[in-house]
Amino acid sequence: MNHADLENIYAALARKIDEVGEAQSELFLAKLVLLLAHNNGDAEEVLECIDGASASLVTNN
Amino acid sequence: MRPNGRSENESLYFTYPHFDAPDPAERSKQKDVAPVAIVGAGPIGMTAALALAKEGIRSVVFDNKATFNDGSRAICVARPSYYILEQLGAVAPFLEKGLGWTTGRSFFRGEKILEFKMPDGPDEKFRPMYNLQQQYIEQFLWQAVEANDLIETRWQSEITGIEDTSDGARLNVQDPSGDYGFAAHWVLACDGARSQLRTMRGHRLKGENFEGRYVIADVQMDHDYPTIRRALFDPDSRPGGTVLIHKQPDNIWRIDYQLEDGESTEDALREEKVRESVTSVLKDIDYTGSWELEWWSVYSANTLAMDDYRDGRVFFVGDSAHIVPIFGVRGLNNGLADAANIGWKLGWVLNGKAGEALLDSYSPERRGATFDVFANASKSARFMTPNSHGWRLMRDATLSLALTHPFAGELANPRQMTAFTYSESPATLAEDPSFIGGPGVGALMPESQMDGDFLSDRLGKGFTALCFDEDLAQQIVTACASDNSLTVLSLAHPSAVSDKFAADARSVYLVRPDMHIAGRWHEATAEVVIEGYHSVTFRKGVL
Repeated sequence: MNHADLENIYAALARKIDEVGEAQSELFLAKLVLLLAHNNGDAEEVLECIDGASASLVTNN
Repeated sequence: MRPNGRSENESLYFTYPHFDAPDPAERSKQKDVAPVAIVGAGPIGMTAALALAKEGIRSVVFDNKATFNDGSRAICVARPSYYILEQLGAVAPFLEKGLGWTTGRSFFRGEKILEFKMPDGPDEKFRPMYNLQQQYIEQFLWQAVEANDLIETRWQSEITGIEDTSDGARLNVQDPSGDYGFAAHWVLACDGARSQLRTMRGHRLKGENFEGRYVIADVQMDHDYPTIRRALFDPDSRPGGTVLIHKQPDNIWRIDYQLEDGESTEDALREEKVRESVTSVLKDIDYTGSWELEWWSVYSANTLAMDDYRDGRVFFVGDSAHIVPIFGVRGLNNGLADAANIGWKLGWVLNGKAGEALLDSYSPERRGATFDVFANASKSARFMTPNSHGWRLMRDATLSLALTHPFAGELANPRQMTAFTYSESPATLAEDPSFIGGPGVGALMPESQMDGDFLSDRLGKGFTALCFDEDLAQQIVTACASDNSLTVLSLAHPSAVSDKFAADARSVYLVRPDMHIAGRWHEATAEVVIEGYHSVTFRKGVL
């Protein structure tokens, strides 16, 4: 994936989050993760990503 | 704005000159007619005047002020602009005073998440970016303008009217001693974002205003940090906001911070409020020493442009034609590129080296560049000042992820200004699909180190044909013997340069006076190069 692809995905996600609305965005993102996990197929890698994404979460946000 | 007790032009480090209005007795002896009238003696107007003078064209520049623009305003001068200044013979003081830089650092809640380097290396003559206050930019351009016999500047002279004539336009000029008319064949409106000429001609800027507002404040302090642009996302000083910090010459630091939605602009611009905000930003960067407030202002991110940068004999140049968001430092740099573009084209038409149709390429080329800037700047603006839940959530997720995953930090890379590629212009030729690689038609010519100098040093004053075969070069020289506006360069093949241009021994690149590539041929002949040269200078039937 190149930089432009990543930028496009970033923009598509931002737009979709706005489209589904703040109240539904958590559900939407959880569904998206399950879909991507299923497509990825490597359970270990997905679990690593879960840890990676939860790192550096700042509590005061 | 300046601190209480200091006037608009009372700077901590810069002495603003005072320019008298034209002496009425002197002026009455001068002819109120010129091939080109330039309205506005800011950086864009002066650059346009110098670009015309380079082609031997006389101009008269009008400005309603008695000195330079107040404050440091635009501070980042990009590499392509240094080439423009060099071609105008004005780059020396810029090189001496400007602070060159290549590196940017981004921080999220105090932690560094990204360090980016802009493209640079031994093949580059200039650094990707230089920081220099706008009043120095104006002063250095003024030194060149003042020394040029082909440019006359009339300060304190306001244009109050314009009407078309059969061979140009008639301006009504007002100065302290009265009103008079001035006849010009061509007019360059370089009178800035609030252009009076644009209003007088009945035109409007169209586009979008973004929500984000920023305060820019300059402070003087002994702060020990290299010339590296710092971006602070969600810092303690501005929770949820963004702060940018730039070093400038004379110990001046630019602090640029976003206002929150609820903050009133008026309140944010109060001196004590600015001092308070600066104090908290300095705490974020661990600066505890003393500092002095120099100047501050506010801006918002707009993407506004005219539909056409040309209206008959009037060309709109710089901010009068378009307003771009500040992200990516494209306002001044884009304006300088406008000025250089119209300067060489109008110069070539007026001195008979090009057909008048060349002028039709100004608006499409520079509007294309403007819209490219808009696209890049909108992307930056959405990152720097996200204006909805979705964009903010993605931005915060990216920054948070970047703390542990460098790929995400790349999304915070601001992608600084690069020169626009004029690939669909009447003043460039069709692309030759046989090239695999090399700079495309319309692109700015890539620089290359030669033996002790650079490729750009060897270009001619007009167009240059880059050849990679001695015989072919000789044939082109013979074919254009009567025309000294085309320089033919014979470069080695194979060599580092021929690799960079993906050139075969029979390849030729035709480079315009502004260093953009007019056309290229993988297998060239002298005839096809000359024909291409005549085509992009609209001289068919002239020669």
